[in-house]
Amino acid sequence: MQIVDSTPLARAPFRHRHLLQISDLNRLEALDLLARAEAYIPFTKGRVKKLDTLKGRTLVNLFFENSTRTQSSFELAGKRMGADVVNMSVKSSSVAKGETLLDTAATLNAMHPDLLVVRHGSSGAAQLLARKVECSVINAGDGQHEHPTQALLDALTMKSAFGHVDGLTVAICGDVLHSRVARSNVTLLTMLGARVRLIGPPTLMPSDVDRWGADVFHDMREGLRDVDVAMMLRLQLERMAGGFVPSPREYFWFYGLDADKLALAAPGVKIMHPGPMNRGVEIDSEIADDPQLSLIQTQVEMGVALRMAVLEALSAHGSNIGVLE
Amino acid sequence: MRETLALTAFINVRLIDPATGYDGPGEVLIGGGEVLAAGPNALAGGFDADTVVIDGDGHALMPGLVDLRVSCGEPGSEHRETIKTVGRAAVAGGVTTIVMQPDTNPVIDDAALVDFVLRRGRDRSLARMVPAGALTKGLDGQTMAEIGLMAEAGAALFSNGSRAISDSRVMRRLLSYATGFDALVSVRPEDPWLSKGGCMNEGELAARLGVPSIPAAAEHIYAQRDLALAELTGGRLLLDMISSAGTLPSLARAKEKGLDVSASVSIHNLTLNETDVGDYRTFAKLSPPLRSEEDRIALIDAVRSGLVDIIVSGHDPRPAEEKRLPFDEASFGASALEILLPAALTLWHEGSIELIDLVRAMTQKPADLLDMGMGRLTPGAPADLILVDLGYPFIFDADTMRSKCKNSPYDGRRMQGRVLETWVGGAKVFDVETGFLH
Repeated sequence: MQIVDSTPLARAPFRHRHLLQISDLNRLEALDLLARAEAYIPFTKGRVKKLDTLKGRTLVNLFFENSTRTQSSFELAGKRMGADVVNMSVKSSSVAKGETLLDTAATLNAMHPDLLVVRHGSSGAAQLLARKVECSVINAGDGQHEHPTQALLDALTMKSAFGHVDGLTVAICGDVLHSRVARSNVTLLTMLGARVRLIGPPTLMPSDVDRWGADVFHDMREGLRDVDVAMMLRLQLERMAGGFVPSPREYFWFYGLDADKLALAAPGVKIMHPGPMNRGVEIDSEIADDPQLSLIQTQVEMGVALRMAVLEALSAHGSNIGVLE
Repeated sequence: MRETLALTAFINVRLIDPATGYDGPGEVLIGGGEVLAAGPNALAGGFDADTVVIDGDGHALMPGLVDLRVSCGEPGSEHRETIKTVGRAAVAGGVTTIVMQPDTNPVIDDAALVDFVLRRGRDRSLARMVPAGALTKGLDGQTMAEIGLMAEAGAALFSNGSRAISDSRVMRRLLSYATGFDALVSVRPEDPWLSKGGCMNEGELAARLGVPSIPAAAEHIYAQRDLALAELTGGRLLLDMISSAGTLPSLARAKEKGLDVSASVSIHNLTLNETDVGDYRTFAKLSPPLRSEEDRIALIDAVRSGLVDIIVSGHDPRPAEEKRLPFDEASFGASALEILLPAALTLWHEGSIELIDLVRAMTQKPADLLDMGMGRLTPGAPADLILVDLGYPFIFDADTMRSKCKNSPYDGRRMQGRVLETWVGGAKVFDVETGFLH
């Protein structure tokens, strides 16, 4: 299948070697990635899902935290682009035996991968790795810092549903404090011209969050008024036991998305969630499963196309032997 | 409909309205449970023939007192006090709204218990009764309680009783979480380790008596911590019953910064000092402890200037078996609803404070902290009124108290001022001649 670049932007080579955080990108680069991804969407729905763009390249998925959807999304994206994909998860690696992150980096580097997708529980881990290896590094989530491909696929999902991101009002609801998804999304969506609102209890908001350029609401009903998109964040169960929030039932009462609260949103409102969901805690099943409302499956679908585009863009920097093709 | 309302007019009274600052001759018209008119010439237009007219005989008519710090034994310790007896003690003392502490058994840490107290209060208490919700589950100082659900159920404020929240991060999150509901967080500033085992103010007297003591620094440290956390979180903080002059400068600084902080003082700490402990009088064993005379004077000055916002009774009834014990084994606490007003009036009689400022600290200001409309004689406000004989002299006999427990450090004291009538929601509930009316 022939991939046709749909915009002139997409033809310009991608400037960056790594994709570590949204704030490294400018608006045109973000739009470029989205345009490249859009071109892959029909392909991911086709019968033959294999290209040879990355033939001969090696993609390593290095996951220090458990992940099902992100890891398999990158794996599929790599395989569809023709790369050889190796999955390394913490349980089967020597990290469990006490190896430091930099030791792992040096070991991996000696194997000459071309693309390294990393997820780690510490903020800044992807940056640290990027300085120590010679291949492209893609941050698949570092601590509470960023998850850039999630934000990009969220924007792509909105674009596919609304035709544009510019001018949308997007509410990001829940545990903003611990969310790398929220941080990446606020930066990207604001850059793309959306108005972003953050909704959650004060204990789950970072201090000085009002300086992020988003409007902050502690009253969910007020915050959802006239929004086009309600993006729910996952609240980890251990944070609902009286540390940050008194109980799951109080959380659901005030911050869980149900039909009643959603009725205040704009007509045609869409629901998003980066997954995995806590049904009955942050979102009512009735809503999560409503195909008229929910873009949650679309997010997963867009994830593969977006990651193919990211791999393609970064691979322009060549392979790990340092020779530009 | 207005025409069918039973109207009551109070004439020939000394009107004290903290909301307008008026203290002078006047009249008040009430009906439908509300104040309809109040002022020097409120009845100038005359009134209907069927209006009930009460001639106040020149006595003071003021809003009923609002007491933010009352312990009750119900549920769980009904031998100390029940909702019925605490309501009777309150209205006999001129207190028409009480905020009940959550340190009952079970602890009021759940919306269903908030609802229980509200219902039971409506059914059995002559005074209005609103519960304070617990800040932490079971007052454990660790696990955040369901503040939002309790606020929706009608909790007036949130408190951890007299138990400290020693984990500063927990305190930070509580203050922060409460801002989402604009909830008032009331905390007793007292370092639990410094005060552990202490029975009275640390100083020369305690040393001579050989009684384990509580240094004022225990209060300074926690007050400063909580004020700093209020600044960090933007939370609404009430420092509950401060007792030491040394706490005042940090409170003043916090207020100058514009923080939403306030402080209360117990009537005991305004009118008694550590020497009232005398020779081990357990009725004067209180928490916070009675401090030095310098502390007492500084606290009166702080009420006068408004730095300390409100005066509370700190009502904490304790049965004799908890008090007739060696000093260090006896419980803290005193039954105080019925002496709040006469004890406060001694401050006015001795010229320490203006009457209007004194009344404001027990009516309008506490009502404002709760964001409730009582505590004033403004038209539309609830008709919670007390008629007070400001000068009536008497010797206080604790045995005459309506509270179930008669423990009071004021027993045998000469005092001035008593409540003649108490009206709640437009209905008379107490008359000094005939007793309770419901």
